Amino acid sequence: MSTLGERHTVYQQVQATPEFGDLRRRLRRFVFPMSALFLVWYLVYVLLASYAPEFMAVKVAGNVNVGLVIGLLQFVSTFVITTVYVRFAGRTIDPAAERIRHGIEGSA
Amino acid sequence: MTGNVGNVGLNIGIFAVFVLATLVVVYRASRSNRTASDYYAAGRSFTGSQNGIAISGDYLSAASFLGIAGAIAVNGYDGFLYSIGFLVAWLVALLLVAELLRNTGKFTMGDVLSFRMKQRPVRAAAATSTLVVSFFYLIAQMAGAGGLIALLLQIPNSNRLGQSIVIGVVGIVMVVYVLVGGMKGTTYVQIIKAALLIAGAFVMTFWVLGKYGLNFSALLGSAVEASPKGEALLAPGLQYANKVDFISLGLALVLGTAGLPHILMRFYTVPTAREARKSVVWAIWLIGVFYLFTLVLGYGAAALVGPEAIAAAPGGVNSAAPLLAFELGGEILLGLISAIAFATILAVVAGLTITASASFAHDVYANVLKRGTASPGGEVRVARTTALVIGIVAIGGGILANGQNVAFLVALAFAVAASANLPTILYSLFWKRFNTAGALWSIYGGLAVCLVLIVFSPAVSGSKTAMIPSADFAFFPLSNPGIVSIPVSFLLGVIGTYLGRREPFNAEKYAEMEVRSLTGAGSEKATVNH
Repeated sequence: MSTLGERHTVYQQVQATPEFGDLRRRLRRFVFPMSALFLVWYLVYVLLASYAPEFMAVKVAGNVNVGLVIGLLQFVSTFVITTVYVRFAGRTIDPAAERIRHGIEGSA
Repeated sequence: MTGNVGNVGLNIGIFAVFVLATLVVVYRASRSNRTASDYYAAGRSFTGSQNGIAISGDYLSAASFLGIAGAIAVNGYDGFLYSIGFLVAWLVALLLVAELLRNTGKFTMGDVLSFRMKQRPVRAAAATSTLVVSFFYLIAQMAGAGGLIALLLQIPNSNRLGQSIVIGVVGIVMVVYVLVGGMKGTTYVQIIKAALLIAGAFVMTFWVLGKYGLNFSALLGSAVEASPKGEALLAPGLQYANKVDFISLGLALVLGTAGLPHILMRFYTVPTAREARKSVVWAIWLIGVFYLFTLVLGYGAAALVGPEAIAAAPGGVNSAAPLLAFELGGEILLGLISAIAFATILAVVAGLTITASASFAHDVYANVLKRGTASPGGEVRVARTTALVIGIVAIGGGILANGQNVAFLVALAFAVAASANLPTILYSLFWKRFNTAGALWSIYGGLAVCLVLIVFSPAVSGSKTAMIPSADFAFFPLSNPGIVSIPVSFLLGVIGTYLGRREPFNAEKYAEMEVRSLTGAGSEKATVNH
């Protein structure tokens, strides 16, 4: 697929360009590690709740315990990852995707 | 507390106002319904923020509002764990699924799964799992309506006929929404309902906190004092005795959301991938904030109403939030919150009905049976007829399932979605070698393993809380199959790809799918007429 023959569709030609390869690589380099990160962090939380309830019951401030704090941190991390991804996608993905799309739809 | 609280006339009155107002909105929305794209995807004309609110309306079902608040009130921390799984799950949709799906598909999940595969078998498989997931979810909502009715209309559980009639009314109103309004009307109902639900929860949350001088720790202390379980209310472990079962549930929750067909279909109602992303961001903030409210409401109900009064009320655990509303604002607030809870059930079942009918009409009728030669008009006619049939099935199923454990049915829907749908969605979007055999093995295999394990689990037989308590044929120790069925389905996708029937690699379709999914080139545009 690396050679551009006439029999290839416009999608195959675009797929073989370095611009598209770069876009795909950047997206995957962000979303795969980030997904692994939040899934592991969530699993850590679930495992702590199942196997370390005494630790989760340790009081931090007033009646607020470790479990509540870690649970609320899951909310915080979800909001933070969402915000970081939106910023990343707006800066890195959207401009490149738009350029490639205009190239294809202009030529079609 | 006698269990009979509030004013039935007022409850019905407020609910009737909601139904009438939404019917007017739905009727007005219906006037612009012309094409298949209008009916299934609202002409792709909603903005990201509108769709995000509608998604939260679709997602915050009665199970998550009444169920989570009640679980926190009675079992404390373990109810909170549920809501965290439901929220974190949205990151899977945001990072891996929403935008790529919007760019690739047209109306259904089957559009994406079958894109570069053999159309008919993969669409049939996608439609099968869509119908199964939607069916369980639908039955759960309808059964939940029964419990809610018990409380709000003071129709006791002994009066099966009375409850059945109300389930029938819920089903009929939902079918009217879907038939008249299509996706656009259904979306407006969800937006209105989400706004009411979040506003209602907001008011109650700050009302409760206000009683404790905005001191959350003081609220927790008061909940501990009121609960017979004492300090244990604040730590994990009260609801889930089996640790592995809890992990299994956690997996199903976090991986199920991005495989729920009625959620996936919502991404087609916006014009671009960027708007799809925006909808998920809105949904994450709204759903996250709402679950924070339920944390306060749950502990608030424990402190102000008391777990014993909640358990004794008709509707049981699910009545925690309505009882708290009564405690705070008397009959009027109870009536409002009850009407909102009813509206929640209506909006969610309408969304499920349109998804299931779209999948049958678009995947099975138009592509499997008619091999792509059906006219869009004929397809929409089939979709409407299917919606009617689904409405009847939902009413019947809801009456039969009335009194069943709602949370179990919803968790089952999530487990099936995570096992049968998510692996194939991810593989077909990100794995070049994935093929038709892999998709079929993963969908049917995941579905079968999930259903078999459920049938032989303690949730169905062999325990006091089972669906059939008198029988015992359970050999699988967990009530949620996720920890087994999800990895098995991922594995079957790989095995099927390498060992299943060989097919030539379709480089053209693969290139089209990859370029289209990442850039949006060639994707379905807003308000197309074809």
